Amino acid sequence: MSVYTIDHVSRRFGSRRRSTQALNDVTLSVKEHERWGIVGESGSGKTTLLKILAGLDSPSEGKVLFMGKCLDIRDRATLGDLRSSVQMVFQDPRSSLDPRMRVGDIISEPLRSPLVKGKVPADADARVAEVLDAVGLPADSQRLFAHEFSGGQRQRIALARALAPNPSILLADEPVSALDVSVRAHVLNLIDDLVDSMGLTLIMVTHDLAVVRHTCDHVGVLYQGTLVEAGPTAEVLNNPREEYTRTLLASTRLGHA
Amino acid sequence: MSVLDVKDLSVDFGHHRNLVLDKVSLAVDDGQRLGLVGASGSGKTVLASAIMGLLPDNAHISGEILFRGTNLASLGDREFSKIRGRKLSMVFQEPMTALDPTMKVGLQAAELISLHRDSNPMATRDRVEQVFDRVGLSDAGKVTNAYPHELSGGQRQRVIIAMALMNRPALVICDEPTTALDATVQTQVLDVLDSELAASGAACLFISHDLNLVARMCNEVAVIHAGRIVERGTTEDVLNSPRHPYTRGLLATARIDQVEPGERLPVIEDFYTPDDRDNAGRHTELPRRWVSQYGPRQWRRSR
Repeated sequence: MSVYTIDHVSRRFGSRRRSTQALNDVTLSVKEHERWGIVGESGSGKTTLLKILAGLDSPSEGKVLFMGKCLDIRDRATLGDLRSSVQMVFQDPRSSLDPRMRVGDIISEPLRSPLVKGKVPADADARVAEVLDAVGLPADSQRLFAHEFSGGQRQRIALARALAPNPSILLADEPVSALDVSVRAHVLNLIDDLVDSMGLTLIMVTHDLAVVRHTCDHVGVLYQGTLVEAGPTAEVLNNPREEYTRTLLASTRLGHA
Repeated sequence: MSVLDVKDLSVDFGHHRNLVLDKVSLAVDDGQRLGLVGASGSGKTVLASAIMGLLPDNAHISGEILFRGTNLASLGDREFSKIRGRKLSMVFQEPMTALDPTMKVGLQAAELISLHRDSNPMATRDRVEQVFDRVGLSDAGKVTNAYPHELSGGQRQRVIIAMALMNRPALVICDEPTTALDATVQTQVLDVLDSELAASGAACLFISHDLNLVARMCNEVAVIHAGRIVERGTTEDVLNSPRHPYTRGLLATARIDQVEPGERLPVIEDFYTPDDRDNAGRHTELPRRWVSQYGPRQWRRSR
């Protein structure tokens, strides 16, 4: 079953005279348990696409179907459905975690959201301990503040927060690009394990094709707002049809792989 | 002859004397490019700041930093500012914070020239446009009149590189110069840096957490871990036959394209576990105390 059906979606920013076309007629379908990697350089519209999928923005043209229903973020009921099953991890854990909240409160905050409903675990404290354990952090870290952790640990906290309300879809916006190469492996392994064990659908935005090759089974290539290529990772990376995909491959030294 | 010779440099911070660099010795020859690789918290940026004389006031330095025979560690601010930006320059990681947002980039670059030598405005402008042109800022005349926010990330980093090369320095320190950039832009910026360093004959200390980048730019590599240099050798030797287990771990994590899709990625701990946990914990995890020391001065007074 299709989790997301993105149907001819365009997104323009700015006034009529000076507008930027962030997304241009993007059509894509994401099925359950697929792991999608969306690649492109900055300004290619990948974050805009993710924001639309997360219900943080809406398309100027076209529509997005979520679980078969048209996604309208002004409608509280649909938005509730979305928030209950879709969670997001942002790029920079330094800015996505509230510096004045304790880690335990950060992680349990989505559980207190009036929009999230359904399969939310009743005992918030137990759930916090559970997800902390799942991301490999000690249970006593919930009393600490985010700044007391290293970059890799903070991204684990962000993951724990995303997983707390038991989502079925995980959106990740460049989850490892703010991290060191040596820490990147830890976080990618963790994402891999969690997606596997919790049966999540993953949509990950990144500029690093090596990461996509490792973690995702499907890849979409965005170039200046247009989806130039999409399909199974092995197929796209081994036989890129588009010139731009080839440039991208060459710049990540994956061309020979 | 070495342009930079760091001898037994130790740096610690503040009241608790947290040791960040532990007897680091490092020499860079004239025109040589040395890569410095390490994870975050390993002390590589502190080393760069120490060489540039940019450490906060509560840092304690021991050892020597010889730059062309002058000990930078004992230099006062007034003497240091004659060298910094002129013979010794730096390319910072984050171009948006390294540039003044309220000043046109051409003016910022011109300031570098007028601070260090008598130059008439016309000649200064010519030199700025010439260097901007060299680093591949097409339409240099237009770029000089732009504010940083009007430029793309790649253009901003080119401006930073141009500024670092403006006074024909003997040594350029590049601290993660392309980490904030996209893969394709990164390649272009590295190409520019590569050819301009070669053309100017400047030596370079290239700092990065990514061994792939260092291998591309440098003929020699030093690996820093927990404030100590654990290995140094030619790039070829270090990449092909690393001696220290930590280097082996770094190599394995950098080559994620060699892992079969879906398989578990190797992590440093597969190769290397610090023997003394407490000690290593103090070195590698530099929590808030360290961060606050870069914070405002009031913090120090209130202590």
